[in-house]
Amino acid sequence: MAHRISRLSALLICAALASPSAVSAQENGQFIPVLSYRTGPFAPNGIPWADGIVDYLELLNQRDGGINGVKILYEECETGYATDRGVECYERLKGKGPTGAAFVNPLSTGITFALTEKAPVDKIPLVTAGFGRSESKDGSVFTWNFPLVGTYWTAADVAIQHIAKELGGTDKLSGRKIVLLYHDSPFGKEPIPVLEALAKKRGFQLTMIPVANPGVEQKSQWLQIRQIRPDYVVMWGWGVMNPTAIQEAANVNFPRDKMIGFWFAGAEPDVVPAGANAVGYKALMLQHGAGRAKVHDDLDKFVYGKGLGKSKPVDTGGVLFNRGMVGAMLAVEGIRTAMKKFGNKPMTGEQVRWGLENIDLDEAQLKSLGFEGMISPVKISCADHEGSNKSRLQQWDGKGWKIISDWYTADEAMLAPMLKDAAARYAKEKGITPRDCSKES
Amino acid sequence: MFYREAGHFRDNYQADMALFPIREDRIGVSLLLFAAFVAVPLLHLARIGPFSGDYLFNAILIPVLILSVAAIGLNVLVGYCGQISLGAGAFMGIGAYAAYNIAVRVPGMPLIGTFLLAGGVAAVAGVLFGIPSLRIKGLYLAVATLAAQFFFDWCFLRLGWVTNYTPSGSVSAPALVVFGWEADKPVERYLLVLTIAAAVAWGIANLVRGNIGRQWMATRDMDIAAEIIGIRPVEAKLTAFAVSSFILGLAGALWAFANLRSWEPYAFSIDRSFQLLFIVIIGGLGSIVGCFLGAAFIWLLPLVVEAVPRWLSIPISADAAANLTLAAFGVLILLTLIYEPHGLARVWSITKHKLRRWPFPY
Repeated sequence: MAHRISRLSALLICAALASPSAVSAQENGQFIPVLSYRTGPFAPNGIPWADGIVDYLELLNQRDGGINGVKILYEECETGYATDRGVECYERLKGKGPTGAAFVNPLSTGITFALTEKAPVDKIPLVTAGFGRSESKDGSVFTWNFPLVGTYWTAADVAIQHIAKELGGTDKLSGRKIVLLYHDSPFGKEPIPVLEALAKKRGFQLTMIPVANPGVEQKSQWLQIRQIRPDYVVMWGWGVMNPTAIQEAANVNFPRDKMIGFWFAGAEPDVVPAGANAVGYKALMLQHGAGRAKVHDDLDKFVYGKGLGKSKPVDTGGVLFNRGMVGAMLAVEGIRTAMKKFGNKPMTGEQVRWGLENIDLDEAQLKSLGFEGMISPVKISCADHEGSNKSRLQQWDGKGWKIISDWYTADEAMLAPMLKDAAARYAKEKGITPRDCSKES
Repeated sequence: MFYREAGHFRDNYQADMALFPIREDRIGVSLLLFAAFVAVPLLHLARIGPFSGDYLFNAILIPVLILSVAAIGLNVLVGYCGQISLGAGAFMGIGAYAAYNIAVRVPGMPLIGTFLLAGGVAAVAGVLFGIPSLRIKGLYLAVATLAAQFFFDWCFLRLGWVTNYTPSGSVSAPALVVFGWEADKPVERYLLVLTIAAAVAWGIANLVRGNIGRQWMATRDMDIAAEIIGIRPVEAKLTAFAVSSFILGLAGALWAFANLRSWEPYAFSIDRSFQLLFIVIIGGLGSIVGCFLGAAFIWLLPLVVEAVPRWLSIPISADAAANLTLAAFGVLILLTLIYEPHGLARVWSITKHKLRRWPFPY
C-alpha cells in the first residue's frame, strides 16, 4: 500500500513537471480499447486478467515497436463488471485513434451480450476469448463475434467427458448425480442447454442450483448439495463465488476432488483464499494454465525491466494473467493477418474482422510468438469463429496448478446441431440473413 | 431584474392557472425545448464539436433522459406522496420485460402501444405491491417494497416465459419503429426518448397541480389530517403507486429498448433502485426539474471524476483512477447533501431568487 501511494505521488509529481504523455487521438497507430474491472466483487479476477492484456500490448510496443511497425495505442476503461458502464466505455473508446477501435474485448458476458447488438452497426469485432455467447461460434450469423479458443458449450462438454473418464467410461455416467452450481446470470446459464442434452443422452441426473450475484452467500445451496449427495459438482462461477463455494464444500465435507470448476473458476484468486480447503479442487483450463513460456522472459526483459509492468513479475505466470495475454495475442494476430492483406498501417474494424476470420496459427508460429505449449494451433474460418475446441484439466495442490489430463476435444457431432439451432433462432429474431461461408475468401 | 414575478397582469383564470404563469419561465422553457428538439439534432447533422459523434447521445443524453423519466416516476411516490420505495428498479424491470413480451408475442403491435401497455402492466404490479402501504408506513413500507424488488428479480431470473425461454436469460429488443419511422440512429433514439420525457414531465407537472396531486401532497404532509379533511387514503396512495409504477415501467421499457437494446435481469437490480432513490433525493423531493438535474448529476459525476485526470494529462493508472472515482463520487454526494439538503432543485430556485434580486441583493 505504502508502495502504491508513493508510486502514485511520484506519478503526480512527474505529471506536474513533465509534458503530457497520455494517448492523443492525433497520434498515428492502431488503437485498442481495454475494458477492464479493477473494482467491485470481480476485481480479484479482473485485475490479473487486465494486467495480462495491457502488459502484452506494452511488450509489443517495447520489443517490436508495435504490430509490424504500427505502434499500439491503448486506453483502459473501468467497467466495474457493470453492463451500463461497459457500454459507456465502449461508446467513449470506439472512435479513438486514426481508424477507431480495432476490436473490443469486454471481459464480461453481460457486456458481450449488450455489445453484440452494437458491434455490427459500428463495424467493430468483438473478441471474447473463452467467454461470451456460445452460439456466436457460428460466424455466418455472428459476423462480428469471435469466441476464440473455447466457448462455454465446449467447456460443458469437456467437463462431462472428464467425469466419464474418471468414472471409467461414458456408460458409467448413467444413473449418476451431477450438480451444476452456477452464477445466476447469462454467464452462468450458458452451459445449461448442453448439460441438459448430455444428461438426456448419457442418462445422468442433473440438478441445477443457482447462486445469486455476487455469490458470497451459498449456505442453502450447499445444504441442498449435501442432501442430494451428488457424484460430482460442476461449478460455473466467477469472482468471489468460487472461493466461497470451495469453503462451503469443505464445511459440508464434500470432497474437493469431485468438484470441477470451469475455466473461469480455475485461477489462483479462486483457490488461494480458501487455503488448505482448496487442495484437490479441479478446474478446466481453456487450453492454457498457469506457468511461464518464452513470452514471459520477454515481458521480464522489455516491460518489467523498464518498470512499465502492471503486475508483479512473480504473478505474470498466473492463470488469468496468461488468459489476458492469450486473448490479446490472438486479437493482435488478427490485426497482423489483416495487415498482410491490407498493408502495414492502422487497420479499421472491418479489416481486423477479416483478419480475425483468417487467423491460422500453427505450432511453429505459436513458438515464434513465445506461446509454445500454452495453446494448441488455432484456425478461424467464417463457419468457425472459435478456432479450437480443446481443453485440459488441472488440479490445485495447495501451491500451484498441476495439469492432470490430456487434451479433450468437444463432441462436435452433438454440439454442432445445437449451435446451428441457437444461431438460427437468433438470426430469425434479428432478421439476419446468414452469410454463405463458401463464398467468403 | 432578469426574472420578475411582479408586473404580470392576468385577466382570466386560465392564464392564472397556466403551467408557467411567468413570462420568463415560458421563454426559458421554450428555448430549452427548442435547443433539445431542434438545435441538438441540427448540430449533430452539421457535425459540430461533441455533437458529431454517437458518444454524447448513446452514453449521456439517452441514459440521462430515461433515468430522469424514471426519477419522475419515483418522485411521484416518494416526493409527492411520501411513500418510501426501494422497488423502483423492479418496476422498471416489469416495464422492460412486459414490453419485450408484448413485442415478441403480439406481432404488429405499434411501439407506442407496447410502451403504454408495458407501463400498464407495471402499474397493476405497483398497485398490488402498494396495498401494504395502507397499513404500514415509513421504513416498514420501504422493506415491503424491497420485497417487491427481490420478488421480481427472482421472476426475471427464474420464470422461463418472462425471457421467452432464452437459454441464457438475456434478451434483446426489436427494432424501434414508430409510425413507420425506424429510430435506429442514436440521434433518432434520442428524439424518441426526449419526446416521451417531455410528455411525461408535462403530464406529471399538471397532475401534481391538480386534485390528485394535492391529495398526494396532503397525505405526504400528514396522513391523519388528510383523512380528516376528506381525502381517502386508499385512493390517494394507490393512485400514487399506480402512476409512479406506470412511469417507472415506461422508463424501464425505454431503458431496455432505446438504451441497452440487449439486457439481463441485473440491469434492474437493487442497485438501480438505489440509484433512482439517490437521484430523487439529490435532485430534490417533490420537484420535476430536480429529477432531470439529479439524473444528470448522478450519471455524469462518475464520468467527470474519471475524466479529470485525463483532461489534466495526469498519467494515473487505471486501477487507481477507478478507486479514486468511487471515493470522489461518495465525497461529492456527501458534500452535496451537507450543503444543499433540499437537493439540486433548491439550488435552482435559489438561482432564480438571485436573478430576481440582481443587481440589488439584500
